[in-house]
Amino acid sequence: MTDLKTPERARPEPIKAVPVRHPGRWVLIAVLAVLAAMFAHVLVTNHQFDWKFIFVSYAPGKRGVMFTGPVLDGLRGTILLTITSMLIGIVLGVFIAIMRLSDNPVLKAVAFVYTWFFRAVPRLVLAVLFGNLNILWNRIGFGLPFDHQIGKLFGINDLNAQFYSVKASDLLAGFVAGMLALGLSEGAYMAEIVRAGIQSVDPGQAEAATALGLSRALVLRRVVLPQAMRVIVPPTGNEVIAMVKDTSLVAYVPVTFELYFQLNAVAARTFVVFPVLVAAVLWYLILCTVLMIGQYFLERHFGKGYGATGRARQKLRDIEAEQSGRIVVEGGGPT
Amino acid sequence: MTEMIKADNVHKSFGSLEVLKGIDLVVRSGEVCCVLGPSGSGKSTFLRCVNHLEKINAGKIFVDGDLVGYHERGGKLHEMKDSEVSRQRQQIGMVFQRFNLFPHMTVLQNVMEAPCRVKKEDKAAVRDRAVGLLDRVGLGAKKDNYPGQLSGGQQQRVAIARALAMRPKLMLFDEPTSALDPELVGEVLDVMKDLARDGMTMVVVTHEIGFAREVGDTVVFMDGGVVVEQGPPAEIIANPKQDRTKAFLSKVL
Repeated sequence: MTDLKTPERARPEPIKAVPVRHPGRWVLIAVLAVLAAMFAHVLVTNHQFDWKFIFVSYAPGKRGVMFTGPVLDGLRGTILLTITSMLIGIVLGVFIAIMRLSDNPVLKAVAFVYTWFFRAVPRLVLAVLFGNLNILWNRIGFGLPFDHQIGKLFGINDLNAQFYSVKASDLLAGFVAGMLALGLSEGAYMAEIVRAGIQSVDPGQAEAATALGLSRALVLRRVVLPQAMRVIVPPTGNEVIAMVKDTSLVAYVPVTFELYFQLNAVAARTFVVFPVLVAAVLWYLILCTVLMIGQYFLERHFGKGYGATGRARQKLRDIEAEQSGRIVVEGGGPT
Repeated sequence: MTEMIKADNVHKSFGSLEVLKGIDLVVRSGEVCCVLGPSGSGKSTFLRCVNHLEKINAGKIFVDGDLVGYHERGGKLHEMKDSEVSRQRQQIGMVFQRFNLFPHMTVLQNVMEAPCRVKKEDKAAVRDRAVGLLDRVGLGAKKDNYPGQLSGGQQQRVAIARALAMRPKLMLFDEPTSALDPELVGEVLDVMKDLARDGMTMVVVTHEIGFAREVGDTVVFMDGGVVVEQGPPAEIIANPKQDRTKAFLSKVL
């Protein structure tokens, strides 16, 4: 190793250049400021924005429309429906994506048919359909399939070989029907997102894990899926936010335990429409803001070990250490 | 010495393209076997067949006396279950050209993953061993870094430590220095020399003729899916008999 040291020279004056001017930016800022002022003016002076109606009290003895009891219940319903149907969607999506990418032709076909059906049928139609599924069956239960037909074969009328069953109209109505409609539909979309995520991972990763003796399940769970998450999380954030809004479709199941339905009910009772719509906008904005914050932290978690931030921070630490003379660079050293 | 690898007339095709056209090869226990040859000659494919990452179409490969990927019963071959293939692979460490460290785990987690998850060994013991291995490859201080924060040479040394953590009886190296800056090749080769001195059985697919000459017990020259020539490095590299070997060496030396 040669040790040629470049002679250190005195540092010249730091550069003090005149920065490039951006007059266009100032024009844009001025235009936006005027527009913002106009908007604020409307908010304050236009009486259609009945802020008292929204926040304080919409009728004597009642709270503002945003915080009145039924609307808060509706909000709870919307949140609950979003969480449960997204959970169903994500779990189903992961399994269907894995089935779609497996070597097993039967699983592949099942996954394909599932995705085909639930992406083709609109959510609104699914919601109504699931609300009416109890037309098909009286009772739904676990047991021997085709028990009636088998019974007839042996001359027994009305053989009942169901271990457990419930009335279909109890199970497939209201909240559960809405949740299934949204969740099953979401599963099809999530399956495609997860599949894209899995396929985005360098095949060398699975190969290295396989060579170490990891089973297929372990390779998927420990190596491929965590890396796929980086690709899966952003579109899933989209899906969650879309789902918050799609929950309003369950009004057609019908489910009344839902935000927009409850707000609308107030509008119908009081004949005041616009402030109710403003309240709806505000609630959906708040929900989406919370979700976006959650997404930020999820992305940060699954971005571990990637990208510029981690590396930059490490480099900074290395430089700091070097300058205070503490560093011991082993062979190679950071490049 | 016992035979660690015994390849018997191995054939492998991808579709209509025949990549291996009858490979016979023996690597004895404790030996370092360097495989040379132009790209497309089938060297990497052969290596991947040894731990069953690729299924061979004809012939047999034995590792430490066991047939790879199949059971032989009553003169018939039966495919092994995934779990049995995994168990065979645990005995064989592999190092890849592009390192393939797990980017979402720290260096230490990379090394500990397989012993903890696959062999279900005690975590504290694995940790001690992993730290020891990282010290051995000169990267003890980097154990809490992510692979993305290391240079190529450092990543490849971690990959070697990760393979060693499973206590393999055979190590396969697939062009371990081909993706590295010339400056960083030496540090990886040093670790491999150290391993060879310890008596590890190694098969190294490489373009580093110097390494083959210095460390290799045998050198195998492959071209067009067949073994053209094999023998001690002094013979093959200094006095090749086949014209094809001569032509190749004259270009790389």
